[in-house]
Amino acid sequence: MKNNKLSILLRGLIAENPVLVLVLGTCPTLAQSTSVIAALSMGIAATLVLVCSNMVISVLRKIIPDTVRIPCYIVVIAGFVTVVQLLMQAYLPDLYKMMGVYLALIVVNCIILGRAEMFARKNNVIDSALDGLGMGLGFLLALLAMATIREVFGNGSFAGIEISFLADYKIPILTQAPGGFLVFGILIAIVNKIGPKKGAEKRKNFSCEGCPSASLCGKVSCAENCELVAGGEPDAADTKKEEGNA
Amino acid sequence: MEFKVLIYILLTGVFVNNYVLQRFLGICPFLGVSKKFSQATGMGIAVIFVMLCSTAVTWPIQKYVLEPNKLGYLQTIVFILVIAALVQFVEIVLKKFIPALHKSLGVYLPLITTNCAVLGVAINNITDGYNFVASMFSSLGAGAGFLLAMVLFAGVRSRIENCPSPKSVQGLPITLIAASIVSLAFFGFSGVIDNLLGM
Repeated sequence: MKNNKLSILLRGLIAENPVLVLVLGTCPTLAQSTSVIAALSMGIAATLVLVCSNMVISVLRKIIPDTVRIPCYIVVIAGFVTVVQLLMQAYLPDLYKMMGVYLALIVVNCIILGRAEMFARKNNVIDSALDGLGMGLGFLLALLAMATIREVFGNGSFAGIEISFLADYKIPILTQAPGGFLVFGILIAIVNKIGPKKGAEKRKNFSCEGCPSASLCGKVSCAENCELVAGGEPDAADTKKEEGNA
Repeated sequence: MEFKVLIYILLTGVFVNNYVLQRFLGICPFLGVSKKFSQATGMGIAVIFVMLCSTAVTWPIQKYVLEPNKLGYLQTIVFILVIAALVQFVEIVLKKFIPALHKSLGVYLPLITTNCAVLGVAINNITDGYNFVASMFSSLGAGAGFLLAMVLFAGVRSRIENCPSPKSVQGLPITLIAASIVSLAFFGFSGVIDNLLGM
C-alpha cells in the first residue's frame, strides 16, 4: 500500500511528466522559463494551487453533479489562484509584478484542470493530494530544466548570479520568445529519444487531454475533432485513435 | 483618445506583441488546430469574435461592478466564469438565429471556452489601464495577431508534413522548432510600427 502511494507521487515526476510527456501547460512553461527565479516561483505557485484544488475536488467528488463539473472545478481552481495571488501581492510584491498576467492564468493551466478531471474526481483525498504534489513537482522540474538552459546560455547567469566564463558567449535570443519554442522543441525531442516509451504516442500530437473543453468536444485532439465535425474524412490512424478513446 | 493611438494599439497587438508568438498565450489551439489552412482560418476568426465579445462584457463588469464595490480581487474568478458562460451563450444564439455562421464557427467555439489568450487579453486590458474603446482595439489586435500567426503557421506546417525528419523530432518537436523560426520573423516588425506612426 505504501509502495502504491509512493508510485502515485513519483509518477508525475518522470514517467508521466505533465510538461514533457503529457504536453500540458505549454503556455506558462514557455513564458515563465526565461529565468530560474521566474520558473521557480511559477512552479511553486502552480503546485500549491494543484495540491489544494485536487484535495478540495476530491472531497467534493460525490457532491458535484457530473454535468456541471467543469464549471465547478474552474470555480475551485480560480478561488485558490486568487488566494495565491493575494498572498504573493502581500508578501512577495516584486515576484508578483514579474509574473504579471501569468499568475492569474494558472486558472486556465491545463495541468490543473486535467488532473482534476483525470485523477481527483475518481480518487480519495490523500491519493489526490499526492498526485497533485507529484504532478506539480514534475511541472516545476520541467520548468527548471528549461529555465536553466535558457538562463545559463542566454544570459550567462544562474538564478541571477553571473557565470563569469560565459559572459562573452551569451546567446540572447534564447531568453526571448523564439528561444522558448526552440528549447522546448529540443527538450521534447530528447525525451522522445531517451525517455519512457509509454507516452511516445501522446508526445507525437498535441493532445487535448487536459483541456477544459475536452468534455464538450469528445476528447479527440483538436485537429481531429475539427476534421470530424467539419465533415472531413478522418484517415485510418485518426479513426483508430478515436476508437481507442471511445 | 487620439485615433493614432488606437491604430498604434491595434498594430502593436498584431505584429509586435503578438499574443501567440511573443507572449505565449493560446499555444494549445496554435499547435493543435494549425494543421490545415481552413481550420486555422476558422479558429482565428472565432478567437477574434470571442475576444471582442468577452472584452465588451468584462471591461464594464470590472469598471462598473467590481471596482465601485471594492471587489477587484474577484477579477480572476468573475472573468473566467463570465467568459465561459458567454461562449456557451454565443453558441446557442448563433445556432438559433444565424445557423450559417454557426456552421462555420460553431465547431471552434467550445474549443476556446477557456483559451488562455482570451482571459489574458481581458486581464491585460484592465492592467494596462485602457478605456473601453482602446480595450476593444487591443482585443481586435490580439485576435487579428492570433489569426495571422495561425494562418502563417498553417502554411509552414503543411510544408513540414512533406519533409523527412529524424524520428525523434517528428510531430511536436519539429513543429515547435518551426514556431521558433516564425516567431523570430516577427522580431522584424518591432521597429517598423514605431517608425511608421512616429511614436
